[in-house]
Amino acid sequence: MTTTTVDGHASDHDAHEDHGPEKGFKRWLFSTNHKDIGTMYLIFSLVMFFIGGAMAMYIRAELAIPGLQFRDPHFFNSMTTMHALIMVFGAIMPAFVGLANWMIPLQIGAPDMALPRMNNWSFWILPVAFSILLSTLFMPGGAPAGGWTMYPPLILQTGDAFPFLIFAVHLMGLSSIMGAINVVVTIINMRAPDMTLLKMPMFTWTWLITAYLLIAVMPVLAGAVTMLLTDQFFGTSFFLAAGGGDPVMFQHIFWFFGHPEVYIMILPAFGVVSEIIPTFSRKKLFGHDSMVYAASSIAFLSFIVWAHHMFTVGMPLTGQLFFMFATMLIAVPTGVKVFNWVATMWRGAMTFETPMLFSLAFVFLFTIGGFSGLMLAIAPADVQYHDTYFVVAHFHYVLVPGSVFAIMAGAYYWLPKWTGYYYNETLGKIHFWTSTIFVNITFFPMHFLGLAGMPRRIPDYSTQFADFNLIASIGAFGFGLSQLIFVLVLLTAKKGVEADDRVWEGAHGLEWTVPSPAPWHTFTTPPKHRIAVESFD
Amino acid sequence: MIRKAFLSALGLVAASTANADWALNMPKGVTELSKETYDLHMMVFWWCVAIGIVVFGVMIYSLFAHRKSKGVEPAKFSHSTFAEVTWTAIPCVILLIMAVPAAETMIKAEDSRNPDLSIVVTGYQWKWHYRYQDEDIAFYSSLARPSLEARLPNSGVDVYSVENYLLEVDNPVVVPKGAKVRLLLTSNDVIHSWWVPELAIKKDAVPGIVNETWFQAEEVGTYRGQCTELCGKDHGYMPVVVEVVEPDAYRAWIDTRQDGDTKFASAQ
Amino acid sequence: MSEPRKESHRSLIFGLLTIVAGSFAFGYALVPLYEVFCEITGFGGRTNTEAVVVEEAPDPTREIRVEFMTTVNSYAPFEFVADRDSMTVNPGKMYFATFTATNMTESDKVAHAVPSVAPPAAAENFVKIECFCFNSQEFLASEEKAMPLQFIVDPDIPEYVDTITLGYTFYDTTSMASNN
Repeated sequence: MTTTTVDGHASDHDAHEDHGPEKGFKRWLFSTNHKDIGTMYLIFSLVMFFIGGAMAMYIRAELAIPGLQFRDPHFFNSMTTMHALIMVFGAIMPAFVGLANWMIPLQIGAPDMALPRMNNWSFWILPVAFSILLSTLFMPGGAPAGGWTMYPPLILQTGDAFPFLIFAVHLMGLSSIMGAINVVVTIINMRAPDMTLLKMPMFTWTWLITAYLLIAVMPVLAGAVTMLLTDQFFGTSFFLAAGGGDPVMFQHIFWFFGHPEVYIMILPAFGVVSEIIPTFSRKKLFGHDSMVYAASSIAFLSFIVWAHHMFTVGMPLTGQLFFMFATMLIAVPTGVKVFNWVATMWRGAMTFETPMLFSLAFVFLFTIGGFSGLMLAIAPADVQYHDTYFVVAHFHYVLVPGSVFAIMAGAYYWLPKWTGYYYNETLGKIHFWTSTIFVNITFFPMHFLGLAGMPRRIPDYSTQFADFNLIASIGAFGFGLSQLIFVLVLLTAKKGVEADDRVWEGAHGLEWTVPSPAPWHTFTTPPKHRIAVESFD
Repeated sequence: MIRKAFLSALGLVAASTANADWALNMPKGVTELSKETYDLHMMVFWWCVAIGIVVFGVMIYSLFAHRKSKGVEPAKFSHSTFAEVTWTAIPCVILLIMAVPAAETMIKAEDSRNPDLSIVVTGYQWKWHYRYQDEDIAFYSSLARPSLEARLPNSGVDVYSVENYLLEVDNPVVVPKGAKVRLLLTSNDVIHSWWVPELAIKKDAVPGIVNETWFQAEEVGTYRGQCTELCGKDHGYMPVVVEVVEPDAYRAWIDTRQDGDTKFASAQ
Repeated sequence: MSEPRKESHRSLIFGLLTIVAGSFAFGYALVPLYEVFCEITGFGGRTNTEAVVVEEAPDPTREIRVEFMTTVNSYAPFEFVADRDSMTVNPGKMYFATFTATNMTESDKVAHAVPSVAPPAAAENFVKIECFCFNSQEFLASEEKAMPLQFIVDPDIPEYVDTITLGYTFYDTTSMASNN
């Protein structure tokens, strides 16, 4: 945008030496370049993934055998609360924003994000927000321990950490909203000429929908936590029964945000997988338009199903029936997506590089998470599943081999475009197989634990649950260690074979028309009509 | 490929079956509704298995048959209105088949008419309080002492030596077999949730709000559950124990309770 | 960056910021909306907290049992009981009940009784004409106070309800009252 003085050399790397990045920390601190900011987002989310992962390891170590092993139950509750907040807001969401920053301008032929300075802000808010959140671990009264859902009145019993928790959530929300506005403006206004909305690649499409969801629901969360804050410090009684408020109302407001939030974390994953499967099947994505409609219907339905998280709060019959039917309906567009992926593979010519492996595991394991989701939708049965390990198994299946695997798949897929070299395929495959095996050992037994009656968020349990807990803990340590292989892949990322522009034999799309590594500036003049259109055939 | 991962997971599970008394599945329970809930759960489960076999079957076949190393040429199709309409319509039908019995069970669960006795259940951090509405009986129900002592870090007690570790209370709720028991739930501080899997009842106890639910146990026995809504530090240490006894044993219990003897119920 | 593009950025950003502001406001609007929603559907056992007028013909053929349940919050130094545990009523007819609360301390107190009705299906049909729960109640030191309730059960109450439980939770709101 600011560099359009150089024209006609859109993809000429050398022509940009004079306009290259600043040296040292200034390059990163003041960066307005979508690629640099994308990289920072991705690295930040990886760091958070390991911090949140370390907390998960603590949780699994505590639960490996019955009895209290380490610290008090309050610390255990802090760990579950912080693990969730960090993984949701610190790892998964920023990772997708990082991928969006890197890839959306490249996919639509734009020189940068539409609002580069705001882009800088929305990233740099995050380290501040998470420093605040993590600092609560050292405060009197400990870190927040009321669950990431922050239900009052329990969350109001938090010690000194309480206002810091609220402030951190506000900052995360602010960052997400700014990022989402940037994505929408970029996609709507900066597409290559003749790239109509329905010609957009699926990753860009799912992000457009996600960004609208973010803009619609993050402010609702901000409102909810502000009410908590005023209830605690300014004498309001939104959620305090004594003052005429209603604690259940918080749950309604929270889940009005919370359910779309679930799709915020999975729609971009659908997008990534919809890019990768066609490439390695050497076949166009099956039913591109119906994929778009399916993603949109999922987004719409996500606004009218929130109370399925609350079937036990005491709801009138009509409410239960409505929320059950609406929830079951989500299975239809989700099914369309899965069937379309399978149809894309059908009669293709598949090869199984690491990104494809992660994507295939995504389709298998996300579908298993979808099945348990369908079971949870059945309200009378949900009474038995609610707040047990069955739910823990369900949402970890959709978030770990779901969202996280899709992020890994995307990272492997685009890594050669970012670095200019192929990553070490053997290490990638080892990373994939260990992750896939251990993720199942971790989370599959949790289904049985939940059905057998183990509630979630407990630091100790009855001895009949011991066997499956031990298996889950072994799996968790294995999964945690496997992720170190990914760090090794990144450290050796530039030691492999040089990649050409197209990188993958079956790849289509504008991002594969720029050199590898993608130069600091790309598409300073919009790509030609012909390239923009043909790159999809 | 992914199957391998599953098989290895299953293998591990199988290896540990020898010395365990755990359950794999939801209990059928001892009320009409708990059995219906179990049936619903199994129905949806088998539907999922069936759909899974079809979808995963097609996918696995494709993974083996349609690979580049076999020298196949990729097909050109990328759209089929017929296929897309079919796989939108069929799930809708399956969902309808699931929704009807689920709704029926739900309507039955709402029918709290003609209760034989009412018990007010109040959640506290971290114990339960029970009050029998028509009798002069009220008591707290907390984690039993053996568990209480064993749960502490470095207690020196092997938790395996404690019978019903973390699932035993000092004063269980006693109800007669066959009676329709109505529970009125509320809380004194934060939100709790009262759950007994064998009775298929889970209801939140919310401060300032009265929630209602009911059960009718058809078999004598001791049924154990736990608080299922995170309620603070000792959330994991406030179990629920319900003893279903013959009606005359219940009368006898009422009499002793009203005489001030608190020990009857826990006499095994 | 070309001028028209800047212009279209600006209008789009403005639109998106409007959505953000709207959603934030919507979060707060959910509070009154939820009140309305609850009073219509009986969600959360919500029952009316202000006096209303009901003009319905009594239905002497139907009998409904109304049970009173009283809970005193553990931080409230009060005794609070219903003068009778339950009563049988005809829908559409007006009834009176009395509750007695005693301040167990030697200082003046303000208390508030929070009503809730179960089952939820009955909540909208349990109509309080006059209730001590509409306002905060002031107690002198050690004062014992009889507090009246006047109610009607709406004849529209669903067929499958034969018992209504009216629960009150008694809270000490002295500190809240003194803040205002």
